[in-house]
Amino acid sequence: MGNYILKRLVSLCITVAGIAIVTFFLSLIVPIDPLAAIAGPQADPETVERLRAVYGFDQPLHVQFFRYVERLAHFDLGMSFQTGRPVLDDIIYFFPATFELASIAMIIAIVFGIPLGVISAVKRNSFLDQAARVISLIGVSMPVFWLGLVLLLIFYFKLSWLPEPGRLDIMLIEPPRITGMLLIDSIIAGDWEVFQDALMHSIMPATVLGLFGLAGIARIARSSMLDVLSQEYVKTARIKGLSEFWVIVRHAFPNALVPTVTMIGLTYGGLLEGAVLTETIFSWPGLGRYLTVAFLTLDLNAIVGGTMLVAISYSLVNLLVDLLYAYLNPKITLAKGEG
Amino acid sequence: MTDTAREDALKPEVVRQMRRDARKRYFQDSYTLWKRNPITMIGTITIALLILIAFIAPLLATHDPYEQILADRLFAPSAEHWFGTDNLGRDIYSRVVHGSRLTLMIAILVAVISGPIGLVVGVLSGYLGGWVDEVLMRISDVFLAFPKLILAVAFAAALGTGLENAIIAISVANWPGYARMVRAETLAVRNSDYIQAIRVLGAGRLRIMVGHITPMCMSTLIVRVSFDMGAIILIAAGLGFLGLGAQPPSPEWGLMVSDGRDYLVDQWWVSTLPGLAILIVVLGFNLIGDGIRDILDPHQRQS
Amino acid sequence: MTVGADKNNLLEVEDLAVRFYTLRGTVHALEDVSFKLGQGESVGLVGETGCGKSLTARAILRIVSPPGKIIRGNIRFEDKQLLELSEREIRQIRGNQISMIMQEPKMSLNPSMRVGKQVAETLMIHDKSLGKRGAYAQAVDMLNAVSIPDPKHMAKRYPHELSGGMAQRIMIAMMLVTRPKLLIADEPTSALDVTIQAQIIDLINNLIDDIGSSVLMISHDLGVVAETCDRVIVMYAGSVAESGLVRDVMENPQHPYTQGLLRTLPDAIDPGQPLYSIKGTVPNLMDEPLGCRFAPRCPQATDRCSSQKPPVYDVGPGHQVACFLHEATSPVAGTSVGVQL
Repeated sequence: MGNYILKRLVSLCITVAGIAIVTFFLSLIVPIDPLAAIAGPQADPETVERLRAVYGFDQPLHVQFFRYVERLAHFDLGMSFQTGRPVLDDIIYFFPATFELASIAMIIAIVFGIPLGVISAVKRNSFLDQAARVISLIGVSMPVFWLGLVLLLIFYFKLSWLPEPGRLDIMLIEPPRITGMLLIDSIIAGDWEVFQDALMHSIMPATVLGLFGLAGIARIARSSMLDVLSQEYVKTARIKGLSEFWVIVRHAFPNALVPTVTMIGLTYGGLLEGAVLTETIFSWPGLGRYLTVAFLTLDLNAIVGGTMLVAISYSLVNLLVDLLYAYLNPKITLAKGEG
Repeated sequence: MTDTAREDALKPEVVRQMRRDARKRYFQDSYTLWKRNPITMIGTITIALLILIAFIAPLLATHDPYEQILADRLFAPSAEHWFGTDNLGRDIYSRVVHGSRLTLMIAILVAVISGPIGLVVGVLSGYLGGWVDEVLMRISDVFLAFPKLILAVAFAAALGTGLENAIIAISVANWPGYARMVRAETLAVRNSDYIQAIRVLGAGRLRIMVGHITPMCMSTLIVRVSFDMGAIILIAAGLGFLGLGAQPPSPEWGLMVSDGRDYLVDQWWVSTLPGLAILIVVLGFNLIGDGIRDILDPHQRQS
Repeated sequence: MTVGADKNNLLEVEDLAVRFYTLRGTVHALEDVSFKLGQGESVGLVGETGCGKSLTARAILRIVSPPGKIIRGNIRFEDKQLLELSEREIRQIRGNQISMIMQEPKMSLNPSMRVGKQVAETLMIHDKSLGKRGAYAQAVDMLNAVSIPDPKHMAKRYPHELSGGMAQRIMIAMMLVTRPKLLIADEPTSALDVTIQAQIIDLINNLIDDIGSSVLMISHDLGVVAETCDRVIVMYAGSVAESGLVRDVMENPQHPYTQGLLRTLPDAIDPGQPLYSIKGTVPNLMDEPLGCRFAPRCPQATDRCSSQKPPVYDVGPGHQVACFLHEATSPVAGTSVGVQL
């Protein structure tokens, strides 16, 4: 196990180095002159030249790259043009909102996805199975941005059951920022009005994002259940005289859970993608919207820094999932392998 | 008598015939499974329709998809304008019909660009092994470290907006998955008796890779690419929606959804109908993909 | 229908037929399987892989999973017709009155549940009054009975921490803890090391004697059956070929298939002899069964064998054969084995 972790950490380091190279390359092909952006449109050519030397843009590429790495090593991602603050501060500031949204979405995806997959597997090839599969396929096929608009149209504009886009009613005052997650901060502050309002605001975006993750979870739950149901020990449980319900609950489901948990980890990464579009539609002040604005305004440092951090955190999540899997799994693989 | 029977069983033409029969049975079973599953059928029909519509789009369109008639702006769906008109007075139905061409083109081009890259990288990596494998797989690991959409969006933004750049950007995000899969497949066939025999006969590496391994990896690759079609279209539409993909006045569906956002409340059709087209096409591809997954599932073959 | 409802018989299987409905057509996996098993008797069920031995066992417990289906037959256990019971009623018999030990002990235990709990579970299903503690205590006692060292400690292990032999002991404990009247042992030693096979067989026999259960021992190994069983049933391609006392069948086999099967055993007297093998291959069960299934491989087959199903002949006390060769000399058996009425 220790060896495995070490190996994975080394390969993570290589991947992170690769991510740095890719993002550096990205910054080279962005079709704007970063200097013009730093110096401002009114700057005279002389100033620009001076700045070029200051920022090292007159140096050969590999020198520039080493400077870039050096800055990264000091957690310096540069300033964002749109906010005028360091990119890293921006990301730290916007991340909790995204994390909060993704977590609610995850709960929705798990609560609906796992039962859907399990029922599908147990009632395999029945009408119920087909219906469950079609539902989850519709889930993955739905353009996130379109679903967001349709839900807004129905539940906000037409029915007024749910609040407008955004995270909180403008008339309400945010509680003191502690975690950056409104639901938690409002509980800490004991502000139930804010909590309720924030919860209502999160329903639509979280549903959209949750549906995005649901299909993957349902699919993996179904296939791992099918796999487990064909195992000998399930037969043993039946021979013991257990009813089908308990065979599934006590013997099949717990063993199907390991791959499903793995998928849940991976889905978290996938939700980061979904957040880009969802947050744009629902004006959710998170990392996704920050990145979108950066992409559209060609805010170079924000694009490079944001993309890089997303990739690194995505790799970290993958690493954690793999380690979790290796930790949970040896007994299962061994039992299978030796039998 | 048994001895002659045994010798017969080992003759190459007998073996070949047996293989041929097995393959024939496999395809027959696949066909039966395909017929039996209504979901796959619906998917196939949807995509066949998409292809047909894309081919005869000019015949189906009732109006010029680019013609702006400002006097006719934001008309509700009617007998004249089946899906209504947009904010510039263009006929949405005709635009959606023409958009099918763009959608199909994006899906095919991304497949045609990223598929072969993944194939070459995967076969080289898997067959040559050693440092070539190490380097190529590290590179694809790095690309896999990015969520697909984010990598595509980043490259689309960096390369500059436009449909061509969007296609390149999506391909950049797409190839590493194929490379990994082809590599695994190559590793599996590399040590097969068949390849060993050819090597003994003196075939060169290049010849083995191009002539023998590549064809063996093709079917898996094609299946995998067909699974991905839906996701490719969704990413392209997402880019269009964000303004990083196809540019106005192109009738790209994601872009059309974005165009209609401002009129969502009172003119719902501008935004929702092109989006519905995306949903239907992507669902069609995913239904086929799900069906193929099932047909290839050995469990399913038993029943 | 002929019914020899002998009260001494614990189990009577009659005309059992199981089919699998697959993509390529119907597989006639079992056709007209009939046999009986007396109180306290141990019977061996032998045949090649795929001849339907295990399937017969699964049919008795009614755990044939789709696309397989029991389409015909009677299975009487004591005074109950198993195929007519409701799902709830058959569950009360499974694991309680009829238990089954499976081939692959390591794959047959739930990998994520401690073994003690798995043994206790069987008890708890069938005796709710025991409670968790009571069942667990009995389970630990049972582990002791199957000679597991330090049972208290071992009960807390997971299956992957056990050797194959230990896992099979757990399996035996799990299936005998309820003191069933009938134990089906489906090749209980074939997945184990040769060195512990004998131990496991002895263990099963000792426990069976204590409890007073009957045994249906499924095996492709005639040696194992000869050692442990009173009677033997030889199956071929989904049908019963011959049945009788072990001694009669082994020393005086009447069915050409049994004769062939016995000749495949390594010769104890002259080990230098090359091993005999039965010519031809097992028939495709997809074809509608006409005549004797063994006919294509049978050295003594006549034209009639491939078109007409042989009835069962009594060739000696309790010794029955389904083969036309005995038509002239023996009477048709009183209890039908494969006779369609």
